[in-house]
Amino acid sequence: MDLKFSDREEAFRQEVKAFLDEAWPAEKRGGKTDFTRENYLGWHRKLHARGWIAPAWPEEYGGTGWTPTQRYIFDKECAAADAFPILPFNISMVGPVIYTFGSDEQKERFLPPTLSGDIWWCQGYSEPGAGSDLASLRTKAVRDGDDYIVNGSKTWTTLAQHADWIFCLVRTDPNAEKKQQGISFLLVDMKSPGITVRPIITLGGDHEVNEVFFENVRVPAENLIGQENQGWTYAKFLLTHERSNIAGVHQSWRALDRLKKIAADKDLYGDAPSLMEDGDFVRRIAETEIDLTALEFTELRALAREESGGGMGPESSLLKIRGTEIQQRISHMFLDAAGNYGLPFQRELGHNEATEGPDFAVETAARYFNMRKTTIYGGTNEIQRNIIAKMILGL
Amino acid sequence: MNFDLTEEQDMIRESLSRFLRDRYDFEARGKIIKSEKGWSPEVWGQLAELGLMAVPFAEVHGGLDGGPTDIMVVMEELGRALVVEPYLPTVVLAGSILQAVGGAVAEELIPQIAGGELVMGLAYAEPRSRYDLFHVETTAEKSGDGYTLTGHKSVVLAAPLAGRLIVSARTSGGTRGRDGISLFLIDPQADGVTVKDYSTIDGFAAGDVILDKAPATLIGAEGEGLALLEMAVDRGIIACAAEMTGLARRMTELTVDYTRQREQFGVPLSKQQVLQHAMADMFMAGEEMKSMAVRATALADADPAERAKAAAMAKVFIGKTGKFVGETAVQLHGGMGITEEMAIGHYFMHATMLDTLFGNRDYHQRRYEALTGLRKDAA
Repeated sequence: MDLKFSDREEAFRQEVKAFLDEAWPAEKRGGKTDFTRENYLGWHRKLHARGWIAPAWPEEYGGTGWTPTQRYIFDKECAAADAFPILPFNISMVGPVIYTFGSDEQKERFLPPTLSGDIWWCQGYSEPGAGSDLASLRTKAVRDGDDYIVNGSKTWTTLAQHADWIFCLVRTDPNAEKKQQGISFLLVDMKSPGITVRPIITLGGDHEVNEVFFENVRVPAENLIGQENQGWTYAKFLLTHERSNIAGVHQSWRALDRLKKIAADKDLYGDAPSLMEDGDFVRRIAETEIDLTALEFTELRALAREESGGGMGPESSLLKIRGTEIQQRISHMFLDAAGNYGLPFQRELGHNEATEGPDFAVETAARYFNMRKTTIYGGTNEIQRNIIAKMILGL
Repeated sequence: MNFDLTEEQDMIRESLSRFLRDRYDFEARGKIIKSEKGWSPEVWGQLAELGLMAVPFAEVHGGLDGGPTDIMVVMEELGRALVVEPYLPTVVLAGSILQAVGGAVAEELIPQIAGGELVMGLAYAEPRSRYDLFHVETTAEKSGDGYTLTGHKSVVLAAPLAGRLIVSARTSGGTRGRDGISLFLIDPQADGVTVKDYSTIDGFAAGDVILDKAPATLIGAEGEGLALLEMAVDRGIIACAAEMTGLARRMTELTVDYTRQREQFGVPLSKQQVLQHAMADMFMAGEEMKSMAVRATALADADPAERAKAAAMAKVFIGKTGKFVGETAVQLHGGMGITEEMAIGHYFMHATMLDTLFGNRDYHQRRYEALTGLRKDAA
């Protein structure tokens, strides 16, 4: 057992840092993050130009060939620099499905723009009547000559308002014996006639998710991934496929660092005691640091197993559960740190521009409410516990 | 980074695990803790034959040249089987100090420990010290070539079994001063030493040690014993993190097995989702505990500040999660969980003791806050 990084890994860290200093300079760090389409794509393209957009992919499709430990270092340094997230729909979701199950034509057509960001994907999984019980989905696709005709609706579609394409689970055989059978995986151009997108505004005023309606949408049959009625297999592959940084450990460390600086900032408190002199607040910070350390080393152990070929498997449920619990706790501590100035909110703008209070307080309430999503999305934390009970404990 | 065990470490684990499965099941353990001695010198001898007592020591002292990782492997297995024989006080606590001190005393005693002939204990706590290692009222006075100790040491693990004890006593300074603490070797059979022996609630031999001008030999530098004591106790904490991991994993297995067998409302308890989620939480706690044990083990030889932070952090975490796993396991066993008849309650009692031992969760939480500079007012 040796938990130090090797010289090669340290050299790699320096290489990543040098890239970030150039591509994401200090003036972009630490401030308010503006999650516009242009900002997302700007960062996505920079990583693509450097060849680092899809570290976990096989090299033949554009991966970097890094070890899991190198990917961990890369994620950590990106988080430390407050770099943007990459488009997860492209890189962690549909990309791996296409290179694993797609035809040669599909790979050639879709993988380059998926990597470059020329296609922005969104995910058509959940439906108004199919949340945790995803397999009960009802959006149907009926074959008509060389096309499928799609009718139904998808919901919680993250950033569909920016998306060029949507990957969808659709029911192609309503008479299949089990509901998991008879589902297909279809790629749909968002510009197709018959698609409408309705914004869903969440508690913090964000327009992050949408409902997507399909009314007699014609989709060429060549956009079917793999075999008709085998879509559930691909869907599950997508959900359990290795997702680097599923626990968000690095982002949580970064957030804790910021929180500690805020809590100790004398300018905010004047003659009053700072939050770092409040034993209860300090205790919450310390407890979170300790829990986050346990999570970080659990992730490192999982990466090491993956590196030796063991695969991540159902342990990723643990990382998801604990990672999201901690993210929520931290967002709560930020809200508490903001005190009274956590309350003002400009709902008419759809986001908060500024309040009379300190800069950091502006986003705290919206973010606290926004973070409630984390224990619900990607398979609720209750579903993750079901997975642990079934797949690991054999219950 | 590399989390792999060496071949030797895998071998230690396998041979120890096999031995404990064959010779130290719940029934055998029950007989041992109910016996007059409260431990089994025979098992101790057999563990020594497996090389266990020699693990961390240098080859020149009859040791196997192992390190913290080897101790982690051993402690996790001892935890799985709830072994009451005094490995922690002898090999980890006293052994760490003897190794650090070196010299004639190490040459004399370590080979005896490694050979399984000598049990030792570390007397660090006092009736009024709670968990503060620097709170030492026991005094040492020079007497001829040596010293005599007067004072009261409390809840000393293995005190009734030990051939030698290491005792903290004050050679100078005030009751709560960090300087002026020295470590001494005493023979519990000597005049001036009274061991009031008892068993802890989880079946471990312990005792209070009353010293009245007891003859003692200084080990290490006079007045500089606290650093050694903190090192040994941090090593003990790190070993306990591995032990608690063994406990938690075993408690999860036992609970999964029990809920599978027990039927209520016409179905096995294991089919109830509310219980499945509780067991999923137990599993997660065990995995994260293992991560903390691994991390602390990797820092056991680090500089004192890093080691102390890692130990404090690990102790908070195993205290919290170990109690959680124990309480949940007992709850899921229902009425049977609170009887002496099933193993689970005994695991829970030991997990509870491990939370208290060397300072509970609250104590190490404050220690962590002070060590990391989060809390300015703490000691």
